[in-house]
Amino acid sequence: MRIGIDVGGTNTDAVLLDGRQVLASVKTSTTADVTSGIVAAIDGLQRQRAFDPAAVRAVMIGTTHFINALVEAHRLAPTAAVRLSLPAGASLPPMVDWPQRLVDAVSGRSYLVHGGHEFDGRHIAELDESELRKAADDMGEAGVRSVAITSVFSPVNAEFETRAAEIIGAQLPDVAISLSHEIGRIGLLERENATVINAALRELAAHIVDGLSASVTGAGITAPLYLSQNDGTLMDVDFARRYPVATFASGPTNSMRGAAVLSGLDTCAVVDVGGTTSDVGVLRQGFPREATTDVSVAGIRTNFRMPDVLSIGIGGGSRVRGNVTVGPDSVGYELTSKALVFGGDTLTATDIAVAAGRADIGDASLVSHLDRSLVRAALDRIAADVSDVVERMRTSAEPLPVVAVGGGSVLLPDELAGCGAVHRPENYAVANAIGAAIAQIGGEVDRVYVIEPGRREAVVEEAKQEAVDRAVAAGASPASVGIVDFDEVPIPYLPGNATRIRAKAVGDLQLGA
Amino acid sequence: MREITEHDLDDIARGAAILGTGGGGDPYIGRLLALSAVRTHGPVPLVPLAEVGDDAVVLPVAMMGAPTVMVEKLPSAEQVGLAARTLAGYLGKELTHIACAEAGGVNSLIPVVAAAQLGLPLVDADGMGRAFPELQMVLPTLYGIRATPMSIADEKGNRGVLDTVDNRWAERLARSATIDMGCSAMISNYAMTGGQARESLVPGTLSLCAELGALVRSARASHEDPVAQVVSRLGGRRLFSGKVVDVARRTVTGFARGEARLSGMDGDAGAELVLRFQNEHLVAERDGVVEASVPDLICTLERESGEAVTTEGLRYGQRVTVIAAPADPRWHTPEGIALAGPRYFGYDIDPIGVAG
Repeated sequence: MRIGIDVGGTNTDAVLLDGRQVLASVKTSTTADVTSGIVAAIDGLQRQRAFDPAAVRAVMIGTTHFINALVEAHRLAPTAAVRLSLPAGASLPPMVDWPQRLVDAVSGRSYLVHGGHEFDGRHIAELDESELRKAADDMGEAGVRSVAITSVFSPVNAEFETRAAEIIGAQLPDVAISLSHEIGRIGLLERENATVINAALRELAAHIVDGLSASVTGAGITAPLYLSQNDGTLMDVDFARRYPVATFASGPTNSMRGAAVLSGLDTCAVVDVGGTTSDVGVLRQGFPREATTDVSVAGIRTNFRMPDVLSIGIGGGSRVRGNVTVGPDSVGYELTSKALVFGGDTLTATDIAVAAGRADIGDASLVSHLDRSLVRAALDRIAADVSDVVERMRTSAEPLPVVAVGGGSVLLPDELAGCGAVHRPENYAVANAIGAAIAQIGGEVDRVYVIEPGRREAVVEEAKQEAVDRAVAAGASPASVGIVDFDEVPIPYLPGNATRIRAKAVGDLQLGA
Repeated sequence: MREITEHDLDDIARGAAILGTGGGGDPYIGRLLALSAVRTHGPVPLVPLAEVGDDAVVLPVAMMGAPTVMVEKLPSAEQVGLAARTLAGYLGKELTHIACAEAGGVNSLIPVVAAAQLGLPLVDADGMGRAFPELQMVLPTLYGIRATPMSIADEKGNRGVLDTVDNRWAERLARSATIDMGCSAMISNYAMTGGQARESLVPGTLSLCAELGALVRSARASHEDPVAQVVSRLGGRRLFSGKVVDVARRTVTGFARGEARLSGMDGDAGAELVLRFQNEHLVAERDGVVEASVPDLICTLERESGEAVTTEGLRYGQRVTVIAAPADPRWHTPEGIALAGPRYFGYDIDPIGVAG
């Protein structure tokens, strides 16, 4: 048995699974301290289906905590960015394009030192260790508690970042150190930004992870705890302490992965209809397709792995207007006082669903007066807008099945024009917690290879094998590991057929005896 | 616009990406560098081409190399200034103006950095009126202006001056040096007098970039069609609206060549457009018939936002509108076509003119 928990901004959802079978599921309110909400959720599962805590083999949690902390600029550690790039890059120092509010929130300091690699692995400059020691002195005096280290082309060669971490760590043993090659891809400013964000969240991560662990052990569960990552794979708690940034987009990812398991479809479009928005993503072999463009988080440009999700302002709380528009504004958390079916004065998408007989919420007699043609037109509008987004997310002419999850999914028709039948799995309301529970372990390679003539196959094999090895090293059961994503992009203007290769392997979590 | 302030840079970057015809690199780093240079040194005076005096010493500066490298190994303002100073030193002349070699992507903004760094005015003009992949592909080549002596500078302080027998050799040797310098270098070449600049450059392109950027921005703010505004300003035409259904790329002698296939939407439903590119878009074929080609501009814009999409950024499922716009008429002379027409890029076709 395993337990999956999704801690969202409003709800904490939990499921108890045996294999892929849902034994129990609960929805509770998220609490300010998070842990008591989790305790309540586990209690809820226990009441629904009594289980022996010792029989739980793993607990998986998805949380939006860390991204919220960044957006709210809340409890961020005093952070220093160290960039190994001189003599390159001095004109654009770390955090150059950040909102000032966030630079202030992390008491951001930056240090430029010699180092870095060329695209082909040559050194731009040798690492200057005395420069680094001087920087460490200064950080110590300034009260820096977390350090982000970024070196030019570290995704190609990480030696300088690793060495710089040793030097700074030796001098400042109590600071947390984050290395960019473990966080982002090629694109220095974006990778550095993601690394600084990660560094700023390290103290909070330690605190949250301790709290999560305590709430799980408090329930008598001794099994290991995992957090789910943006790409739908798991990290253990030690990794979560070091890489909180990797949890940022786990919410939509968990919904999508859960939808895949519930529907039995591993290549599909998933529409998650909430109260305010509908989020659409695409699963390929059970994993969300990742965004290839840079993604801004709280106004900061980053390039770490995030799912490609398109949101539109249509949800259960969307306002419906006369001629006929639905959203993008929503009554939000006031649905239960503003919607007509709850005696309010605002026509919402939920009222439309009730009037059309698709949902049984509130008092249906309060919407019986609604003009049939208005109800029809609003439903058509929703169907047309959602089908347009699904259409946009398709990557080939092949038909792509659509799976609908989330409380608002009753608003969708049984058939979407141009997309075909809409699958509505059981337990759709807790798809995110199920997604967390079934998450797997991954390993990835993303590097620029110089491919000599006739060596392409060998290089591709080497990259794939390294991804597999990394997944196994991270805890995947070797027999279950396979390549789920592979991407090869030739880089213009570089000699020697330079090619950027990305390979991702995943496998089932190897559960202890 | 008689000077470039920090508030103009977003518009210039957005407009330059459009004139970049799919190439020219992501102007993001260029915009940040220009912003930092203008904040440090103050606004850059922008001099209309017609007002550049006969005895002026005008130096174009540009970035040469792989945009993919530049986003990792960031250039510095000093490096840009160094390229220009090195060439001026070799020529033994006092610089009076900086110019722009290529209107497009990052290279519309690098000259702003150079001018700010050196405290010189920038000429409101460029050598192409668009972006092209090779350094001999500038109108000054047609006027017999030599690419060399040219300077090349890396971030470490390494500098070179090349003096070559013709402009094609300059391209070849400079590219080798660029690779050894780590695939991203700053260059300065086509040194010219004010008279030569007035004769050979395309006037008004930086103002045009700013204007295009502002048109897209304001059209979006007022929910009008930004693509229509761009088409009208460039005197071009809308070729096709559709969804990218296939992108094939390969690297040939250091350049990314490839094709994108678009399946038509709206009025173009049922039709297909094939875009062929080598960094920049070269040929657009609708249902097998060539509708536009180099030297004219073929630009891909996001259908709704009007933002330019680079050939590297083209991907499956994107909704784009493809537009064509006339190049400077001098590109349509026999010499211009020999330098940058479809046959130079390996297509056995005559150029199709948008204006025609």
